[in-house]
Amino acid sequence: MKIIVCVKQVPDAKDVRLDPKTNTLAREGVESIMNPFDRHALEAAVVLKEQYGGTVTAITMGPPQAEETLRDAVACGADEGVLVSDRAFAGADTWATSYTLAKAVEKLGEFDLILCGKQAIDGDTAQVGPGLAQRLDIPYVAYARKITECVDGVIRLERLMDDGYDEIEMGMPALMTVVKEINEPRVPSLKGKMKAKKMQATVLTAADIGADPECLGLQGSTTQVVKVFSPQFSAERCMLTGTVDEQVDQLLVKLEELL
Amino acid sequence: MVNYFLSEEQQMIVDVARQITAEKIVPQRVELDEKEQFPTEILQDIAQADLFGLYIPEEYGGFGGGSFDMVLALEEFARGCVGVATSFAASALGAYPILISGSKELKQKYMPVIASGEKLAAFGLTEANAGSDASGIQTTAVLDGDEWVLNGTKQWITNAGDAKIYSVIAITDRSKGPRGASMFVVEDSDPGFSYGPKEKKLGIRASSTRELIFKDCRIPKDRLIGRQGTGFFTVMKTLDVSRPGIASLGVGLGQAALDEAVLYAKQRIQFGKPVMAFQAVQHILADMAIQLEASRALVYAAARHIDSGAKDVSKASSMCKVMATDMAMKVTTDAVQILAGHGYMREYPVEKMMRDAKILQIYEGTNQIQRNVIGQALNKEYSRS
Repeated sequence: MKIIVCVKQVPDAKDVRLDPKTNTLAREGVESIMNPFDRHALEAAVVLKEQYGGTVTAITMGPPQAEETLRDAVACGADEGVLVSDRAFAGADTWATSYTLAKAVEKLGEFDLILCGKQAIDGDTAQVGPGLAQRLDIPYVAYARKITECVDGVIRLERLMDDGYDEIEMGMPALMTVVKEINEPRVPSLKGKMKAKKMQATVLTAADIGADPECLGLQGSTTQVVKVFSPQFSAERCMLTGTVDEQVDQLLVKLEELL
Repeated sequence: MVNYFLSEEQQMIVDVARQITAEKIVPQRVELDEKEQFPTEILQDIAQADLFGLYIPEEYGGFGGGSFDMVLALEEFARGCVGVATSFAASALGAYPILISGSKELKQKYMPVIASGEKLAAFGLTEANAGSDASGIQTTAVLDGDEWVLNGTKQWITNAGDAKIYSVIAITDRSKGPRGASMFVVEDSDPGFSYGPKEKKLGIRASSTRELIFKDCRIPKDRLIGRQGTGFFTVMKTLDVSRPGIASLGVGLGQAALDEAVLYAKQRIQFGKPVMAFQAVQHILADMAIQLEASRALVYAAARHIDSGAKDVSKASSMCKVMATDMAMKVTTDAVQILAGHGYMREYPVEKMMRDAKILQIYEGTNQIQRNVIGQALNKEYSRS
């Protein structure tokens, strides 16, 4: 079975700051980590590989330093890393990112399953996974919390819902995004770390994947960030005292003031 | 921090072990201690990270490292929990006799499963009447056709009941004195082999300690480790290479206690300032740091000395064990003193550290026995000229 895991390098959530001028995340001097949900997707992929055989390819779109995240993925059980990197990709929103990743995945050839984290902790959109499936025209399930079985080209899984879970059967090739409940990611192994040190990621540029320049990066993005800010919390608290009747009277007065 | 010039591979061992400690051991240590629960899942995490095979040659599925590689991993685990680290270390203690004296067949049979962490090993030496005085061993092994028949009881055996592979010493010919003891591999499933109840301990409660009971326990003839009569030799060689590991548990534990003490002293306000500002406190912390770093340096030096292939390593091995474990007892006690009332409460981690420290001065040869070893080595050294 050929499994592809999409991973993203994100700033460590312990240290998130916004650049007030550009309204984007300040990345300088902030430690980068693999998006935590992607770590669960990677673990799910490695467990599938251990159970059914096959290969796990970690793919990331990002600047050259995103190769670190691919190394991390190899240390935790991925077989190889693919870095989709080009200046032309800069400023991509989820629309352009899913286009770029789809072209890269097509370039890699046949696959059985694509796994993604349910969302990245920086953008928090949860759109790239489903978007990628749409671009590749394959079925997908978001919020997978358990993989029950994977035989004869069919994957059986559970999808986390607000009020329980769905049991789903899906024909492969397919894509799924996973929630953290799906597993407990492993710590990198010594052999994995050594393999990761020597790993040479395959680098794919815009030309390599045959992408339409109009669809890439900022130019290919439909989203424009006008302003990013931390909302001011301005709620006031007020305790009503007295007997129940007095409190009800006070409450009515307050409500009338507000209406 | 002092730079010990670790190689890239050694730094990787430290990084992997540190991550396991932070993500798997520290979050669970209180519960494991209170429930006296064996850390099965953590040991599986350690196995998955390839660390069980650190000291085992590559031809048997290991990493091909030495005493120093083990020291680095054990130090990190001990920063989290000495109980967990002891369970990990005890498997190596059980494996070393086979590695040091065992036949190629025994190594091929047992090393790969120990290296992968699939099976835990344990070491059976101590008995009711044979602790520091190993010559008091009562357990016997008698050859009967193609089988050895073992009878006797081993006491306070770490990992007993949870391990699957045991290296056990028994008397094969009492008339030959120290040359009358031999070592054997006993498997969990061997007939006539059972365990006593789990012991209740002061510290290292995540580790399991039980008796090994042999009642006409029959094992195949080829489970003899090395030649008949070489049991004591194998035990001594095993302890020589394993003691720096125990010493490194002291270093890791001492580091953890110092970390807690300094962090606390910086935030605890008394008389309007952090207690760190008081020289009385600073001097305690300074002494802790001095003793800790001196111990670490000696442990690393001893482990590297062993790995260099030096012939006589007993003295260095014993010296680092004594120094680092006496340090751990002192430093953890001082940490409780710095945290004072809080330190005495189970809500803070230092009381557990102090409880865990005591065993380090006792097991794998009491620190008094270590001093005997050092004294005898000195006597020998100065008699040569």
